[in-house]
Amino acid sequence: MHLKYESIVREPLVDGNKTYRQVTEDIISPIEKKPGKMWYIGFFISLILLGFGAFSVFWEVYFGIGVWGINRTVGWGWDITNFVWWVGIGHAGTLISAILLIFRQGWRTGVNRAAEAMTIFAVMCAGQFPIFHMGRVWDAMFVLPYPNTRGPLWPNFNSALLWDVFAISTYFTVSLLFWYSGLVPDFATIRDRAKTKFRKRAYGLASFGWTGTAKNWQRFESLSLVLAGLSTPLVLSVHTIVSFDFATSVIPGWHTTIFPPYFVAGAIFSGFAMVQTLLILVRKILSLEEYITLGHIEAMNKVIVLTGSIVGVAYLTELFMAWYSQVVYEQDAFNWRIIGPYWWSYWAMMTCNVVSPQLFWFKKLRRNIPFTFIMSIVVNIGMWFERFVIIVTSLYRDYLPGSWTYYSPTWPEVGFYIGTFGLFFTCFFLFAKYFPVVAVAEIKFVLKTSGDNYKRDMAKEDEKSLEEFVHENSHH
Amino acid sequence: MAIKKFAVACYDTEDTLFPAVDKVRHSGYKLHDVYTPFPVHGLDVAMGLKETDLHVAGFIFGLTGTSTAVGFMSWIFTSDWPINFGGKPNWSLPAFMPIVFELTVLFAAVGMVLTYCYLNQIMPGVKKHIFHPRQTDDYFVVVLELNEHSSEQEALAFLGTTGALETNIQIAEEGWWYGRWDEEETYELAK
Repeated sequence: MHLKYESIVREPLVDGNKTYRQVTEDIISPIEKKPGKMWYIGFFISLILLGFGAFSVFWEVYFGIGVWGINRTVGWGWDITNFVWWVGIGHAGTLISAILLIFRQGWRTGVNRAAEAMTIFAVMCAGQFPIFHMGRVWDAMFVLPYPNTRGPLWPNFNSALLWDVFAISTYFTVSLLFWYSGLVPDFATIRDRAKTKFRKRAYGLASFGWTGTAKNWQRFESLSLVLAGLSTPLVLSVHTIVSFDFATSVIPGWHTTIFPPYFVAGAIFSGFAMVQTLLILVRKILSLEEYITLGHIEAMNKVIVLTGSIVGVAYLTELFMAWYSQVVYEQDAFNWRIIGPYWWSYWAMMTCNVVSPQLFWFKKLRRNIPFTFIMSIVVNIGMWFERFVIIVTSLYRDYLPGSWTYYSPTWPEVGFYIGTFGLFFTCFFLFAKYFPVVAVAEIKFVLKTSGDNYKRDMAKEDEKSLEEFVHENSHH
Repeated sequence: MAIKKFAVACYDTEDTLFPAVDKVRHSGYKLHDVYTPFPVHGLDVAMGLKETDLHVAGFIFGLTGTSTAVGFMSWIFTSDWPINFGGKPNWSLPAFMPIVFELTVLFAAVGMVLTYCYLNQIMPGVKKHIFHPRQTDDYFVVVLELNEHSSEQEALAFLGTTGALETNIQIAEEGWWYGRWDEEETYELAK
């Protein structure tokens, strides 16, 4: 027997009077009901967006990359902006599930499942952009090192762009494995309480025949811990390598050593914002307010204000280094970012990412749901502009004034971006309908230490003196 | 595998489960397994299970990934197809590091998950006997294996003294088989 004790000073992670059975009921029953009208409307809109995206991509593949607004000077435009934006969003899930597991942050249990799902869908969206940016997309497998009839000619393993291929695909695979290994026991729960034949069969397949023996759970815990340990450096490496795409070049505005930590902080910043956007809606629609509590939302807002401030420091450091380096190209690049033709994007970035998140220093605002929801969208707009600023405003005035240009996207570029929203939300709607959006087994695991009804009993324990407490709990 | 006779007892809190497991271990009955809806810490120790070596498998797969990446890139850039990148050395180990790291993580994760599935005997299409439908919901299910000499009544009476909520006798396949979860199997003991 072991002691289940956590001080009442800590906020409960699960509100209400919950038993194990009630936890199952609350989280699984939406899967067994017919979805509401809002679900159908949302899902249908997502499918339309996805369809429009597919058409835009078809247009680009059929007529070639020339239908996009990018040109010889601005070779990367909306496509790579969107790629970096989506990958960045994808960072929150693994951060929550891996890094917070290692730091023993109990509050991760309520939000990790949905955040990991978001990660996987965001990385799927991100991957589309570099693939279709290749132009001749049917040759996309050339980036893989397979024995081919062209030599065999291998890809350049010293190129940051190839590192990216490895980083993103590894990240996707490992996140998927981590996510699914946690889902298997929950699918078994759905299977064993299923009333319809089809559901029993489908979740029977999805649950891999899980029965929950003590040995299986022991291996499960070992697997989770090691996967968390592997994912922790992985999540930091992915955006580091994405930043290498820029930092290893010699373009003013890109060629800086600050990029890896600055990109990682920005990625976590935007990822948490997206988690907030989704979870505030999910907890309301699926009535999961007792599992995704105000405490969870506040904890994530704290991460947002921290990473937002790191990003702000990085912006200012960039400006300082441009001045301090006395390199005229670097100075001009930053000067034009601030007052050049793209000034609006720079100031949108500064306002949304640096200024507005500072409001989260106020506890009242951190715990205000409508405000958090608006802020989460503001942050993601800001982070989109950050990538746009880095990419476009470093490229549009290059070393030769004769090739200076002004870049604007065309409809297939915008349509492609809209299409990835379609893909993302189509996946997320299906996830919210057919998957347990909160990790059932993990909630049960923390219930007796962090559940509201169990914590009330801890008040008695808290009143005891230390000697009394030790005396009662150490005779083992 | 083998079809056997089992005595099943269900508990709904850890406070009754742990003493029950302890009692079973000192009773002379063979403890088949304990099924829980979530990982119960300390249960493996209470049952006398060994610590898993799964993480060792992860380490070995990780090393395989590291050596695959280093070996493959070194072979390509020094012997199979050396390319001169701006006069830099062909064997440029620092530039290999990102891919070496990614492949280490990839091999470790994929290898470990496959090992995990193999050890736990789980795979799509695999079916196992469920002793109680609530064993993945809120019940802790302790299962004893009976042999031809054991008395069913005695086993049930013994389990009753451990504070079980429900007890029963089941005849079931002890391992796994390929099957559909929407179909019921019935078994009889071989004579």
